[in-house]
Amino acid sequence: MRTTISLSKLRSQFVRDVEEISGEDLLACNQCGKCSAGCPVAAAMDLLPSQVIRMAQLGMTEVLQSRTVWICASCLTCVTRCPKGVDLPRLMEALREISLRSGASEIDLDRLPPDLVRELPQLAIVGGFRKYIR
Amino acid sequence: MKREGRGVAMKVPYYPGCTLSTKGKGYDRSGRAVAAVLGMELVELPDWQCCGATFPLATDNSMALIAPTRVLYQAEQAGEQVAALCAICYHVLKRTQTALERDPAMRDRINWFTEQEYGGRVRVVHLLELLRDNLGWEELARRVMRPLTGLRAAPYYGCLLLRPYDEIGLDNPEAPTILHDLIRALGAEPVDFPYSTECCGSYLTVKDPTVSETLSRDIVSSARAAGAQVLVTACPLCQFNLDWPQRETEFGRTGDEIPVVYFTQLMAVALGLPEEDWGAEGMYTDPRPLLRQWAGDGDA
Repeated sequence: MRTTISLSKLRSQFVRDVEEISGEDLLACNQCGKCSAGCPVAAAMDLLPSQVIRMAQLGMTEVLQSRTVWICASCLTCVTRCPKGVDLPRLMEALREISLRSGASEIDLDRLPPDLVRELPQLAIVGGFRKYIR
Repeated sequence: MKREGRGVAMKVPYYPGCTLSTKGKGYDRSGRAVAAVLGMELVELPDWQCCGATFPLATDNSMALIAPTRVLYQAEQAGEQVAALCAICYHVLKRTQTALERDPAMRDRINWFTEQEYGGRVRVVHLLELLRDNLGWEELARRVMRPLTGLRAAPYYGCLLLRPYDEIGLDNPEAPTILHDLIRALGAEPVDFPYSTECCGSYLTVKDPTVSETLSRDIVSSARAAGAQVLVTACPLCQFNLDWPQRETEFGRTGDEIPVVYFTQLMAVALGLPEEDWGAEGMYTDPRPLLRQWAGDGDA
């Protein structure tokens, strides 16, 4: 993937939005990779969690197209282990929020297996809809 | 609450939450029953609503704090603490309580919106916490009527019961022992396995069921490989996510399913409660044939 890094991107509105919504300092991450090493859903991701942070640091809005932010289950394993205290789940939430606030919706009700829909616990429906639909 | 307190029940305000009133009724039933026999009456809040089932991770999303704050307000009218069984309700209420304590301006803002004056004083507790801190494991062990001797039970903690530590603070988030200690107090053998605190996929089950099913199968097969006969959880979403992939399908059963029970259900068996108090019907992998081995003849 060819990309251009520029000062204007590093200080772009996108970077400010991510930092404001998450309340986190993107540059606190020094890319040690501990989050990616311990992530239980990394196998289903197209970008590793640490790569998502790197792209956000560099102002690469392409990161919003990544499946990773939607696969993150907010299990908080990474934030428990991060040596720099970066709250990665909050950064992931900020990236999801930016997409959701511009109209994205991540649950396709028609594609859910009907037998599953009948059986799902209520909190999964409430929580899932809050997290993936606006 | 010591031995002499027996018979005089300590009343504990209790928040069941949406799932324990519907899909997870067995957790509610067994939870109330075991608390009662140990001298704690879980008194359901007279007027409650859903907590929202997610704690908002976006700092500018105060909307999602409104529902849990209303619950905390309702709890504050009932007493100094509120107990939850559902790990997700516990997580959401406790984090909301912590957030409002650390940010009084946010509390004012939400109070202004809800037109309810939440004073910010409620202590959110999990039943596990009451058992450990108020009753104690030794006392619990003394109350056991039918020790679960020989039962190999794998404690499955999941995520939200323990993390983040600086806001929840129930137990060590990486090497917890609270379910181990409970299992041991009941006379059973806690089985260590590497997936004890791994995520089951949580809400992914409504978005990418195949991803969460893969995670769940790894957890279940890891527990099985470690020799567990049963998985023990405190969360209705973990229970579903681990049990659902083991359901009987058109292909029948594989034969190596492991039942996934709530810790309160194991307690109900060990405390000698009748089978209807186990609340174990309707689970995808029926735990009753296994658990009946430790129940008395007259109770079944």
